[in-house]
Amino acid sequence: MLKTRIIPCLDIDNGRVVKGVNFVDIIDAGDPVEQAKIYNDQGADELCFLDITATHQKRDTILAVVEAVANEVFIPLTVGGGISEISHIRNLLNAGADKVSINSAAVYNPDFIKEASGKCGSQAIVVAIDAKAKEDGSAGWEIFTHGGRKGTGLDAVEWAVKMTEYGAGELLITSMDRDGTKAGFNLPLTRAISNAVSIPVIASGGVGNLDHLVEGITEGHASAVLAASIFHFGEYSIKQAKETMQAAGIAVRL
Amino acid sequence: MTWIQKSHMTKETVLIIDYGSGNLRSAAKSFEKIIRDEARDINVLISDKPEDIKKATRLVLPGQGAFADCMNNLQNTSGMIEALEERVLKDGAPFLGICVGMQLMATRGLEHGVHAGLNWIEGEVVPIRPSDPSLKIPHMGWNDLIFQCDTSEQDNCHFVLRSTSFSENYYFVHSFMFQCTYNHHCLATTDYGGEIVAVIGRDNMIGTQFHPEKSHDSGLRLLSSFLDWKP
Repeated sequence: MLKTRIIPCLDIDNGRVVKGVNFVDIIDAGDPVEQAKIYNDQGADELCFLDITATHQKRDTILAVVEAVANEVFIPLTVGGGISEISHIRNLLNAGADKVSINSAAVYNPDFIKEASGKCGSQAIVVAIDAKAKEDGSAGWEIFTHGGRKGTGLDAVEWAVKMTEYGAGELLITSMDRDGTKAGFNLPLTRAISNAVSIPVIASGGVGNLDHLVEGITEGHASAVLAASIFHFGEYSIKQAKETMQAAGIAVRL
Repeated sequence: MTWIQKSHMTKETVLIIDYGSGNLRSAAKSFEKIIRDEARDINVLISDKPEDIKKATRLVLPGQGAFADCMNNLQNTSGMIEALEERVLKDGAPFLGICVGMQLMATRGLEHGVHAGLNWIEGEVVPIRPSDPSLKIPHMGWNDLIFQCDTSEQDNCHFVLRSTSFSENYYFVHSFMFQCTYNHHCLATTDYGGEIVAVIGRDNMIGTQFHPEKSHDSGLRLLSSFLDWKP
């Protein structure tokens, strides 16, 4: 039986692990290789790195991070943040990443997803969707870019279906309303997208306790759950998370 | 200097075949870790040169992406298939295919049209169609194996699989699956809304649909067994 995946996410700025709450107030908290090893030992099913390095000159630091982690940790690695060219994807895959997560570049140029999945395989292409409730109060959710600052007018569920048709292998859904709040995933958003597409959906944004992870699967219909701060600051271990999920009847790799 | 070269030549080499279709680095790094941790004396080489293939002790064919693209890449590397067939089919060097590298051993693949494979293990590569339509494609994540051997006695099972157990999980990511023409070539399956072939084997060849190089300790143990395998 396929096991539900738990994916800890590490934010990387200039080669160091950081974690923002609501995308501000960043606290420096460690070395990526050491963090990755800890999560690997705890039983993480995959690892996600989000590169938030702002300056282009320093963007290659993420390649060194991926290489160093891939030399020591033998589970799938996903890397996201600022990926907008096929060469970025190839460099990351050659450094040892298995998948890349693409967000803004897909919004600006949807054909980039077609090209990327055609050249690198769908299995390597995760489309990240940051969404929040539509500001005009109408039903549904709108896609945002730039860490939730720029609205696009795109409907999240329609966008998810389109990205699937364009060759995405997986979708990473982050609720911008919830990110950093510890109030739990946006379950209606996650469920609406997961039910609308044939590819796996990863739920993200808002996890505050282990029951939230369970809800992401049972009520959000996600195939995997992603969280950062609850693992990163040692509140809960991956193992505890898996035990909670198993107790709720979800198959996990223990 | 002559002596060093000679000792280098006689050392065992596990060769990861570079044909532009896979995460070669992860495969190489996982073998390097095993060799380091177990203090083995084996070279790991990534190469696209037929002359290296002809000298290698063991061969590993990774692969990601579409069947036809991978097969084309293999065919477009001059002398590659001839060297592989000489080393694997004629000399009997142990061979491991991973993911699409495993699927390429089939007679043909039915992904985006019908494409000939290496035809080393008779079968076809067909789309996964789970009985439960809500199951997502690709089959992505960790799944356990159902062995086709009688596991009451370890010796009944394939040498490379003897280090594994029922409860262990391996990382899969694929939308197409191998269908063996002959059941005895299927060594293990996994369940995803129906049976999916997970490991195939024949003589000195073995193939895994999952990625042992991405399957943590379970995968590293399987790769270590491959290094010990003397078919």
